[in-house]
Amino acid sequence: MDYVEIISIFAENKPGKLEKITEVLAKENINILGFSIISVKDFGVIKFLVDMPEKAYQKFKEKGFTVAKIPAIGIELEDRPGGLYEVVKLISSKGVNIESALVYVAETRKKAYFVFEVDELEKAWELLKNEKVKFLKSSNFVNE
Amino acid sequence: MERKYYNPQIELLPRKELKKLQLQKLQRVVRKVYQKVPHYKEKFKNAGVKPKDLKSLEDFKNFPFTTKEDLFVDYPFGLLAEPLEKAVRLHTSSGTTGKPKAIFFSEKDIWSQAKLIARSLFMSGARSQDILQNSMTYGLFTGALVMHYGAELLGMLVIPAGPGNTERQIELMRTFGTTCIHMTPSYALYVATVIQEKRLEPGKDIKLKRVYLGAEPYSEETRKKIEKMLKVDVFNCYGLSEMGGPGVGFECPAKKGLHIWEDAFYVEIINPETGEPVKEGEIGELVLTTLDRTAMPIIRYRTRDLTRFISEPCPCGRTHIRIDRPLGRADDMFIVRGVNIFPQQIENVIMGIKGVAQNYQIVLEGYDEMIVKVEIDRDFFDGRIERLLKLKEEITEKLRQAIQVRPKVELVEPGELPVSEGKAKRVIDKRTL
Repeated sequence: MDYVEIISIFAENKPGKLEKITEVLAKENINILGFSIISVKDFGVIKFLVDMPEKAYQKFKEKGFTVAKIPAIGIELEDRPGGLYEVVKLISSKGVNIESALVYVAETRKKAYFVFEVDELEKAWELLKNEKVKFLKSSNFVNE
Repeated sequence: MERKYYNPQIELLPRKELKKLQLQKLQRVVRKVYQKVPHYKEKFKNAGVKPKDLKSLEDFKNFPFTTKEDLFVDYPFGLLAEPLEKAVRLHTSSGTTGKPKAIFFSEKDIWSQAKLIARSLFMSGARSQDILQNSMTYGLFTGALVMHYGAELLGMLVIPAGPGNTERQIELMRTFGTTCIHMTPSYALYVATVIQEKRLEPGKDIKLKRVYLGAEPYSEETRKKIEKMLKVDVFNCYGLSEMGGPGVGFECPAKKGLHIWEDAFYVEIINPETGEPVKEGEIGELVLTTLDRTAMPIIRYRTRDLTRFISEPCPCGRTHIRIDRPLGRADDMFIVRGVNIFPQQIENVIMGIKGVAQNYQIVLEGYDEMIVKVEIDRDFFDGRIERLLKLKEEITEKLRQAIQVRPKVELVEPGELPVSEGKAKRVIDKRTL
């Protein structure tokens, strides 16, 4: 199964919170490849795709953050109009529901991935694995 | 066959007869304070009642309450119902107002309270061969001395250790084989930690079987922790100097609430705002009347402690009513949109929900807006926001059901809210009215 791990952090919605979180990654020399922020008034969840997911997870934990790892599937996007549409259409045609997503631009204007979370990872993988798309592998970017 | 009850006749008395006994005793007490205590006479007059108006227990709610302030009228001897020479002991209780509340005991009062303690200790499983290390403060407080007399009455060997000097506490336990100990929860937790650090083995080096905790509020978690650390049974013990000290309420081995000895106390639970009795099972202020006290009887004393009745019959067979462990102080009550709310109601809901830590804070602001901040449990977070939103919805709905007001729930990170045990400042009122 080709999947990647996303680091997810619970954060109260208050000034300086995102700064403190990104500071951890900066100090540890961990590179952010993609991120998303979902906020619901009083709190939010900040998600990162990083080149050192295990290290990032441990460091956040050590520093007392409320952190979790979420598996996600990444599919390569073509850099042209309709690129995202086609990937999303494919996913929904299989009846797979996207819970949350971020984009990883691997090479500017050349290569990008749509990285998404689903309710049941293995089931989604079974439905998608034979499609003629390129899946993102941890080995493509993990550096630890 | 082994004796199961210290005083089976009283402890198993059918409730109907118990109530009959209470009415007889109440009529006597009411008559006595009316005749002997000028302050009570005046209070009765103001309330428009006379002792003869007490024809049933129902009538008792028309009689005036005694508040902490009443204890300072004609201070310090004003509430004595007998000549001072009948009193043999003074205990005081620290008042927040400066002067201590003064409580007088006749010789009879001392032994009636001791009997309740003996009965309570027996209920917990202690017998005359047990050894009680009494690690409460001896002195003006009732805690140590009242327990001391009761344990001796039961025939236990009492070690009057007093508090502090943990090294010596542990040495006493080892040397004399202490089987029961009486102390405050915070100190018990400390002593248990030291015992663990010293790698003393419960059951071998330390022979403790029962720990009696009183004088401070503490959580069920603390109880479980001490029980696990020392391999003991921990019993809740409730009392207050105004009612004679410890022995008012005590847990039986079921450990589901404290029995109040109703042959010695008349118990009511009222709404602290209106003074009316609460509905069955509802939280309210505990109100107690001494039924046996001779030197200084007190009627309808507003303890300011919050609790609720547990009305189901107890598996131990005793007929005396149980109350929940005191849940906080009536002074903590606040009103939102016209509804009386106790922090404890919020706490009860939060403790029953998976995914949240125990810490919480209530913020009142704006136009009667109530915000409940709850720390999430670190292990509950799976990275997904959906789960948090569901949790938030669950807390909101359960709180709404419990308090009839829909609060705004905010989830915060673990460790974000100030930690406080016991008389915690949980409510922050920023409303400007």
